[in-house]
Amino acid sequence: MSLLAIENLVVRHGLLQAVRGVSFAIERGETLALVGANGAGKTTLLRAIAGAHQPTAGRVLLDGADITGVPSHKRVGMGVALVPEGRKLFVQMTVEENLLLGKTAGRPGDWSVERVLDTFPNLKPRRHAKTGHLSGGEQQATAIGRALMSNPELLLLDEVSLGLSPLVVDRVYASLQGLISSGTTIILVEQDLNRALSVSDKVICMLEGRVALEGSSKGVSRDEVTKAYFGLHRKSAGSVPA
Amino acid sequence: MSNQIVQGILLGGYYALIACGLSFMFSVMRIINLAHGSLAVFSAYALWWLASRFHISPFVGLLIVLPLMAAIGWALQRFLLERSARGGALLPILTTFGLAIVIDNALFEQFGADTRSLAPYIGSLSYDSWEWPGSIYVGKLAVIMFAAAVTLLGGLQLFLTRTRLGRSIRATSEDPDTAGLVGVDARRANALAAAIAMVTVGLAGAFLGMRATFDPYTGAPQLLFAFEAAVIGGAGSLWGTLLGGIVLALAQTLGAQVHPQGFLIGGHVAFLIVLFIRLSTSGLGLRGLLRLPARKTT
Amino acid sequence: MSAVSTSPVIERGTPASRISAIAVVVIIVLLADAPQFLSAGAVDRMTALFIYVILAAMWNALAGFGGLVSVGQQVFFGLGAYFAIRLADAGLNPFASLFVSAIIVGAISWPMSLFMLRLRNGEFAIGMWVIAALTHLLVNLDRLVQGETGTSLISLNVYDAGARRATIYWLALAAMTALLAILFGLLRGSTGAAIRAIRDNEDAAASVGVRVTGTKRLLFVLAAFGIGIAGALWLATSITFQPKTYFNVQWTAYMIFMVLVGGIGTFEGAILGALLFFLIETWFGGTGVWYLIGLGATAVLFSLFLPRGLWGTLEERFGLRLLPVGYRVRLPANATDSDTVPTSQQATAHREKA
Repeated sequence: MSLLAIENLVVRHGLLQAVRGVSFAIERGETLALVGANGAGKTTLLRAIAGAHQPTAGRVLLDGADITGVPSHKRVGMGVALVPEGRKLFVQMTVEENLLLGKTAGRPGDWSVERVLDTFPNLKPRRHAKTGHLSGGEQQATAIGRALMSNPELLLLDEVSLGLSPLVVDRVYASLQGLISSGTTIILVEQDLNRALSVSDKVICMLEGRVALEGSSKGVSRDEVTKAYFGLHRKSAGSVPA
Repeated sequence: MSNQIVQGILLGGYYALIACGLSFMFSVMRIINLAHGSLAVFSAYALWWLASRFHISPFVGLLIVLPLMAAIGWALQRFLLERSARGGALLPILTTFGLAIVIDNALFEQFGADTRSLAPYIGSLSYDSWEWPGSIYVGKLAVIMFAAAVTLLGGLQLFLTRTRLGRSIRATSEDPDTAGLVGVDARRANALAAAIAMVTVGLAGAFLGMRATFDPYTGAPQLLFAFEAAVIGGAGSLWGTLLGGIVLALAQTLGAQVHPQGFLIGGHVAFLIVLFIRLSTSGLGLRGLLRLPARKTT
Repeated sequence: MSAVSTSPVIERGTPASRISAIAVVVIIVLLADAPQFLSAGAVDRMTALFIYVILAAMWNALAGFGGLVSVGQQVFFGLGAYFAIRLADAGLNPFASLFVSAIIVGAISWPMSLFMLRLRNGEFAIGMWVIAALTHLLVNLDRLVQGETGTSLISLNVYDAGARRATIYWLALAAMTALLAILFGLLRGSTGAAIRAIRDNEDAAASVGVRVTGTKRLLFVLAAFGIGIAGALWLATSITFQPKTYFNVQWTAYMIFMVLVGGIGTFEGAILGALLFFLIETWFGGTGVWYLIGLGATAVLFSLFLPRGLWGTLEERFGLRLLPVGYRVRLPANATDSDTVPTSQQATAHREKA
């Protein structure tokens, strides 16, 4: 059984349909890269999986159980954790307090403040600093660490490299590599196509709220993804749901 | 004069007590509860009723009234404020104002217009005093009140920084959407915060009844005192509330020195002066004034 | 499909609104003649109704259109009465004093607005209450008022009771009509677009260049002026001035009740609310405290379950519009085959309101 299955999901922001009938599934231990232009609906899709947006239609299944109506805080307890776009740290609170908040749902597991600090050594000296005063890389590490503290089965990463220098991005991805090899299931949104394809098993390219291309990361060419990205694939490939 | 200053500082303890619940609710839910003062008076009446009817000392009565106030706070958030806050920032003002009218007049209906006091039920405590060096007489009750305020503020501070529930409440106050994403039940955190706020209101009501008299319409001035102390102190910090309460009380004391009817005028004027200075120096409006971060919206 | 059929039609009125415009004129003429036929008590009650309409319309202008919820509007009510007393005491004709007093109240509200309008939402609401409490205390210090004992508009006693009653009635009717006309004109004019933009989304309005603060200030001063007149007229009907009565927060409670029940942010709603309040007071006012509990409870229930009030709900459901202050865009039903347009058309029909 797939760890996560999305069935015909439709999510609206007021009158705007951000996600228009998306379906896909992800197996345990897989890494899925979501790519697509700005406004393609990637962030909304991730937030809907995390429970921050209520879909207007469709279903979200976790381990076969329907969790469509489950609020976000309960989904954390079920093992779904989102690292939101823009990090969304609690800036009035310290690194340690942010990390401890990740423990709220109380899922058993071996993530602890110490282990997060071992995984992201750059946070060690900043443990008691307010997160509002951190650098971008430190903030991103805290945001990922906070999600890990809930011992997730499914980790959703929304543009973790946004606003970071290439060097810091390398470091963040090096830490992620550890997670991926340890068997955590990951869905990540990434603007850098090469990076997205290299870390993932599967790739989905979204266009205007729909899945424009879905395939194995090793099996698709960069060119195909680029075409799907800009909507140039439509005439050649007839498989796109309209 | 130094005697009056000491009295003023101690009275500031009462204002801090009544203000801390208001500023706490504001900082967590961004709602100013206009029924705040009326609920304090309700608590005073509940204690008075227990004392006059069943001869339960107000201090023992708190064991009954404070849990009741917590339940009221929880219900208030769940059934009224949560719903009305969804309609925008203005609606909760109207809802809680309507609630204040209901409470005030229901108290009037039940207990009549007579002024009441808890003073007769606390024995000699209401008039006993200690003599401090410099022939300063301080009422025991006033000292207890001040100590209670310090304890309460300190306890609240510890709760918010050291406990998991406290962190959940702070996270919710900063960004409820993200709080949900890290596993915090924001609705529960808000209801819990409202319950805690109402416990502080219950305690403030008890001291209101012990140190003075009250009638069904005493709630409105208590709301104004609470608001003034919270704004003067900056609602972002709990210790600021204590300072705000002391400043308010000292201004009232000073006002009373200037003119026989100047007690309340002094407080209001001090509030407006502080507001004016802050507004003209910060240029941020009250959000900056209360030292609150702008809430993130997604 | 021809260009004519797809182009939206912009309307300012509806057939119903044209009929109601005539009805308004007829009603005003009838009301002006009414004192000849009504008993003395009825004339007094009608005067009270006019004052309620003023209060509701002015609070609605501030809260419903300006987004400024104040629980301290009693300050202008009390000041309107107080300055009338002061002016009459200084020798001015008592009837003239009523209006000069309101002008003074409006003038005072201007500098007050510079300060108070920088507060937001709840802070503004209670901040105004503090102003009202402070003003009440300061008025009490005036020797003429003699603290809570109060004083009277004695110079009004030189007029014959019947003539005085009728004059106050006409003044109240004229004040109500004029204030409603000013508000209506303001909402229909160029300021109206700014006001509606602010009501719907203040930040967005500011970002497209709407003068948010200036517009709010205008509404604040208008509300102060109107409520000042109401306070002065109330003084004229009751003669006595006790600060406690006039600076009582219950006046604002009444305003909130009327506007919340009638329909916040709708021109007609405030008038409807005042009418309902008047009827409720006439029927249940005698029940004393239960009446007040009922008012508070009704306000709570409306804020929770019917926040748009009676008129707002009717308007939304039936597209009703008697005194249209906005524009209505009607798109032809068969506009296009794209799936987005019907949605936006419905949205337009719903969003557009008074």
